[in-house]
Amino acid sequence: MRPYSYQHEYNFSDKYQFAGIAKILSLIAIAVGVIVIAMGFLSSNEVMVERTYANLLLMAYYFACVCAAGTVFVALQLVTQSGWSAGLIRVPQAMSSILPIASGLLLVIIVLGLFSDNLYQHWNAEGLMDPNSPNYDPLVAGKEAFLNLPGFLTRQILFMGAYSILAYLIAKISYKEDLEGGLYSYKRTFKLSAIFLVIFGFTSPIWIFDTVMSLEAHWFSTMFGWYNFAAMFVSGLSVITLIIILLKKAGYMPWVNENHLHDLGNLIFGFSIFWAYVWFSQFMLIWYSNIPEETVYFYKRWEPEYKPWFWLSVIMNFVAPLLLLVDRDAKRKQGLMMFVCILLLCGHWLDFYIMIMPGTVEMNRGFGLSEIGIGLGFIGLFVFLVFNKLGKHSLAPANHPFLDESLHHQV
Amino acid sequence: MSNIKYILGSFADPDQMMDGIDKLQKNNIEIYDCFTPMPIHGIEAKLGVKPSRLPIVAFCFAVLGAILGFSLLYYTMVHDWPMNIGGKPAFAAPAFVPVTFEVTILLCALGMVATFFFRNHLFPGRAPRVMDIRATDDRFILAVDAKTNTDHELIDSLLKEAGAVEVKHNERKYISYE
Repeated sequence: MRPYSYQHEYNFSDKYQFAGIAKILSLIAIAVGVIVIAMGFLSSNEVMVERTYANLLLMAYYFACVCAAGTVFVALQLVTQSGWSAGLIRVPQAMSSILPIASGLLLVIIVLGLFSDNLYQHWNAEGLMDPNSPNYDPLVAGKEAFLNLPGFLTRQILFMGAYSILAYLIAKISYKEDLEGGLYSYKRTFKLSAIFLVIFGFTSPIWIFDTVMSLEAHWFSTMFGWYNFAAMFVSGLSVITLIIILLKKAGYMPWVNENHLHDLGNLIFGFSIFWAYVWFSQFMLIWYSNIPEETVYFYKRWEPEYKPWFWLSVIMNFVAPLLLLVDRDAKRKQGLMMFVCILLLCGHWLDFYIMIMPGTVEMNRGFGLSEIGIGLGFIGLFVFLVFNKLGKHSLAPANHPFLDESLHHQV
Repeated sequence: MSNIKYILGSFADPDQMMDGIDKLQKNNIEIYDCFTPMPIHGIEAKLGVKPSRLPIVAFCFAVLGAILGFSLLYYTMVHDWPMNIGGKPAFAAPAFVPVTFEVTILLCALGMVATFFFRNHLFPGRAPRVMDIRATDDRFILAVDAKTNTDHELIDSLLKEAGAVEVKHNERKYISYE
């Protein structure tokens, strides 16, 4: 088959069997999520309804972010013509191919929240833009050119539509490579990845401004987009690493070894520090200039309701990975990497929680059934969709031009 | 007793050199060192070279840099000459972070370079000592200590068998660029 003699015992047509306990658990988690959401929606307590919406937005956004980060990872590997990741690319590809579902879900939640006045009411309430109304808010009215309902919805649909179509196509063409071989799909995905990265790079900050920053429409920060991108990429990398470790523990993907884990660990380490860098830059500039319209964001998070969680997020997302992953050998150990990945995923949930909650439920913050149930529901959905996708195609792109380089990767 | 100090096998091909390492190790002949003009994957593991301790040095210098940077700021901004800048307290910790960070990186980098030079006996103007000059060009050199491994004929034949282009018996350890 191959033009030169190269020997290995790997079976690249090996497929993941998604069945048994993993499938049952993910379905139970989805059921728990649905029940908690239904309970929240049917609750007579208005605060509870709002909290359910806030949690839905949080998890749907997190879900979309992780899938988008998977696409960014695939696109980066293709555009940089990286060889090391060829053997593990099927995992981010599976995440990439479910981005349309994640974006659709996020869009539905945003629209429901908008029209039931549970989300974005800070700029979407009646009379905010009307100088004669008692509700008139000059700050929000000044932003009308950007923050208006038709514009907001058009941007959401356009951006998420573009990400979804490209993400789905990149994964689909690569899956076709298994059957057809040749360089056609590699070249095609290379072009699509370049287009995706340009579109995503320029529009993702605006998408993030709309989805998260506009919850507190008085406040703005140009750094917010990068801050969220860092959070999204770290959580995406953690999910990729976690899935690979779980697959390896189940006996799949023997060609992915500690060298690949080391590189993923390096990326997680680096992007955790990048996250802290952007987080701190945003914090320090606002702290130093001390302008009321900017400090309002941190003022809210400085209240006793949020302050401990605010600092815990920094410890979990920066201090912990910095100290745990700084050592070379630490990045090569499956157990430790798994622990760090789970810690970072919890940490970035907390990070998003601190971004979203003070702008939605404000002082009625809580951590209880609503948070845990909806979180579990989305984890179940993610696991079900991704592992289902992984089970449909072989776990290695057997005709990928750089697959051999990946097998020989050494750091 | 001969005056031969080192036996050098000179290979034109890295794979043949790796084969030579295998052959010598199979005959319990200890390899003194190995010189290649380019990095070769897996050679450290094969020769049993211990991982570099440079990261530990880097960490120590970074900690030192963090302490020095922070002390510098504390001394100048708080202790020696406190100033009112924008109504902020003299001890404005968040504003100290960037400078502390920069000094940490600076000392870490400089400390690593200095340690590397010290450990490898290098400094500006020093003629580097090499065992075979062509190891810096196009040859892959295996060096065997001739004093501890006395069966020189066996070493020669093993190196030749593995594909060595040239086998040298050197009475001096180093040749220099001088």
